[in-house]
Amino acid sequence: MGYFLFRRTISFVLTLLAVSVVVFAVMNILPGDPALSILGLDATEDALAALREELGLNEPVLSRYLAWIAGAVQGDFGISQSFRVPVSELIAERLPLTVSLAISGMVVTVILAVALGVAAAANHGRAGDWGVMFLSQLGIAVPAFWLSILLVLLFAVKLRWLPPGGFPGWSEPAAAVRSLILPTVALALVQSAVLARVTRSSALEVMRLDYIRTARAMGFSRRRVLWRHVLPNALIPIVTIVGLQFAALVTGTIVIENVFYLPGLGRLIFQSIANRDLPTVQALVMLFAAIVVTANFIVDLLYLAIDPRLKTRS
Amino acid sequence: MRKLPPNLLIGAVLVALVAGTAALSLVWTPHDHTLLNIRGKFAAPSELHWLGTDQLGRDVFSQLMVAARNSVAVALISVCLGGVIGVALGLVASAMGGVVEDVIMRIADIGFAFPALLLAIMLAAVFGPSLPVAIIAIAFINIPVFARVTRASANQIWTREYVYAARAAGMGRVSISRDHVLPNIAAPIIVQATIEFAIAILAEAALSYLGLGAQPPAPSWGRMLSEAQTLMYLAPQLAIYPGVCIVTAVLGFSLLGDGLRDITDPRLVRQR
Repeated sequence: MGYFLFRRTISFVLTLLAVSVVVFAVMNILPGDPALSILGLDATEDALAALREELGLNEPVLSRYLAWIAGAVQGDFGISQSFRVPVSELIAERLPLTVSLAISGMVVTVILAVALGVAAAANHGRAGDWGVMFLSQLGIAVPAFWLSILLVLLFAVKLRWLPPGGFPGWSEPAAAVRSLILPTVALALVQSAVLARVTRSSALEVMRLDYIRTARAMGFSRRRVLWRHVLPNALIPIVTIVGLQFAALVTGTIVIENVFYLPGLGRLIFQSIANRDLPTVQALVMLFAAIVVTANFIVDLLYLAIDPRLKTRS
Repeated sequence: MRKLPPNLLIGAVLVALVAGTAALSLVWTPHDHTLLNIRGKFAAPSELHWLGTDQLGRDVFSQLMVAARNSVAVALISVCLGGVIGVALGLVASAMGGVVEDVIMRIADIGFAFPALLLAIMLAAVFGPSLPVAIIAIAFINIPVFARVTRASANQIWTREYVYAARAAGMGRVSISRDHVLPNIAAPIIVQATIEFAIAILAEAALSYLGLGAQPPAPSWGRMLSEAQTLMYLAPQLAIYPGVCIVTAVLGFSLLGDGLRDITDPRLVRQR
C-alpha cells in the first residue's frame, strides 16, 4: 500500500508539472510576443516595452517559467492586466461561488444518479429500468447550456418562480441560494445521466453474485440486501466515474456560470479572454487543470479506502 | 443474418437525417440563410417560413440546415485530425514498446488533464476566438483517446501467431503495423470515432455558444442558442429548435457508436 501511495503521489506531482509546462508554453511561447497579443497591433513601441518589462518578458523563458511556478505555489499569480489587482485576489473573490456551485452540483448528481441507478437495477428489464435508461441516453445527448436555457424558459420566463440569472451576493443568503437552484439542477441533470448508467450496470453485476443470493435466501428483505450488500460493493466503478465527473463538473461550471451570468471563476475566464488579460487566463486555466488532475488523484486514494483488497495486495 | 440491434438502427436513421440535411444544404435551402428582412422578423411558422424567422427576419429552417453542415464539418475535421495522429501514436507505442510506449502513453495521460474547453480558452486568449481554434481544441482532445484505444487493441494483435509468423518471415514493424495490426483493429477505432463524433458535435455547440467557435454570420446551432437566449422573453421558440438539432445529432452518433460496438464486440452482447 505504501508503495502504491508513493508511486501515485510521484506521478500526480509530475503530471501537475507537465500540465504547468503546457499551460505556460501555450500562453507564453505560442503567441510569440505576449505583450503584443495583450496590447494589440496598434500599440506603441514604448507601451510594448513597458509591458514587456512589467511582465518580465525580457528574462529568459526558463527563469520566467520558474518564477511563475514559484509564485503559483505560494498563491501568487501575478497582476491582472485588465483589473490591475493581483490575480489571486480576483480568484479569492470568485472562488466561493464556483466551489458552491460545483459541490452542490456534485451532491445532487450523486443522490439523483445512485437513486435512479439502483432503482433501475432493482427493476431490471421492467418499465422503470427502461425509463431510466431512456432518460439517461437522452441526458447524455443534451448540452448543459441548452438544458439551462430550457429551465430558464420554464421556471423563470413562464412560471416566474426563480430568477433567470445573476447573483445577488452572499449578503442575501436566501436570494443567493435561490439563484443557484437552476444552475445546480442544470449541472446535475446532465452529469447524473452518465452516473445513473454506471450505477445501474455496476449494481446489476453485483446482484448476480452468489452472496447476494445467499443473503436473500437467508431471509433479508430486498431493500436491505440492495442498500446493505449490493450498493457498497457496487461503489468502485461509481467512485471512478464520480471522480472523472467532478472534473467534467468543474469545467461545466465555466459554461453554466456564463449561461446564468454568475460572477464566478468561469465568468472571470471569459471576461479575461475578452480583455486579453493573459496572466489571469493563464492562472485560471492552470487552476482548472490542476483541479482535474487532483480529482483523478483523489479517486485513486479513495480506491484504497473502499476496496480493502488493494491494501493487502501490495 | 443476425438481427441488428435497435440502437444501431435508430442511430443510423438519425445520423442519416443530420448528414443528409448537411449535404442537402450545400445545394438547396428553402431560403438564403443570410437574407435579412427586418420587417418580417419573429414571423410565426408558415408555409413560406417553415419554422418562422429570427430577430433579423432570417429564415430559421435554412439557418438550421446550414448550421448542420457546420456541425458535421467541424466534427469530421477534428475527429479525423485527432484520430489520424492518435492512431499513429498508438501504433508506434504498440510496435516499439518499452520506453517509447511509456513516454507516448504518459504524454497521452497529460492530454486528459485538458478538457477541450480549457484548451479552446487558452488558444482563444492567445489567437482570438475562431472556428479553427475550436477545431484544433476538439482535435487535440481526440489524440489521447485514439492513442489509448489503438495501443490497447494493437497490443493484443502483436501477440497473435500470424504476427509472429510475419516477424519470422522478416517483415519490419512498420509493415506489420500497416498490413496486419491496423486492419485488425479497425473495428474498435471506427466505433470510437463514431462516439467521438457525438462528443465533437456537443463540444462545437458549447464552444460556439460561448463565443469561442463559429463567428457571426456563420450559422452554428450553439451560436443560434446564445443569440436566442437574449430574446427569450420575445421569441422563446428560437431557443428550442437549435437544441433539438444538437440532441438529434449527438443522440444519433452515440446510438450508432453503441450499436456498432454491440455488433463488432460479441463479448459485450453476451454480458447483457
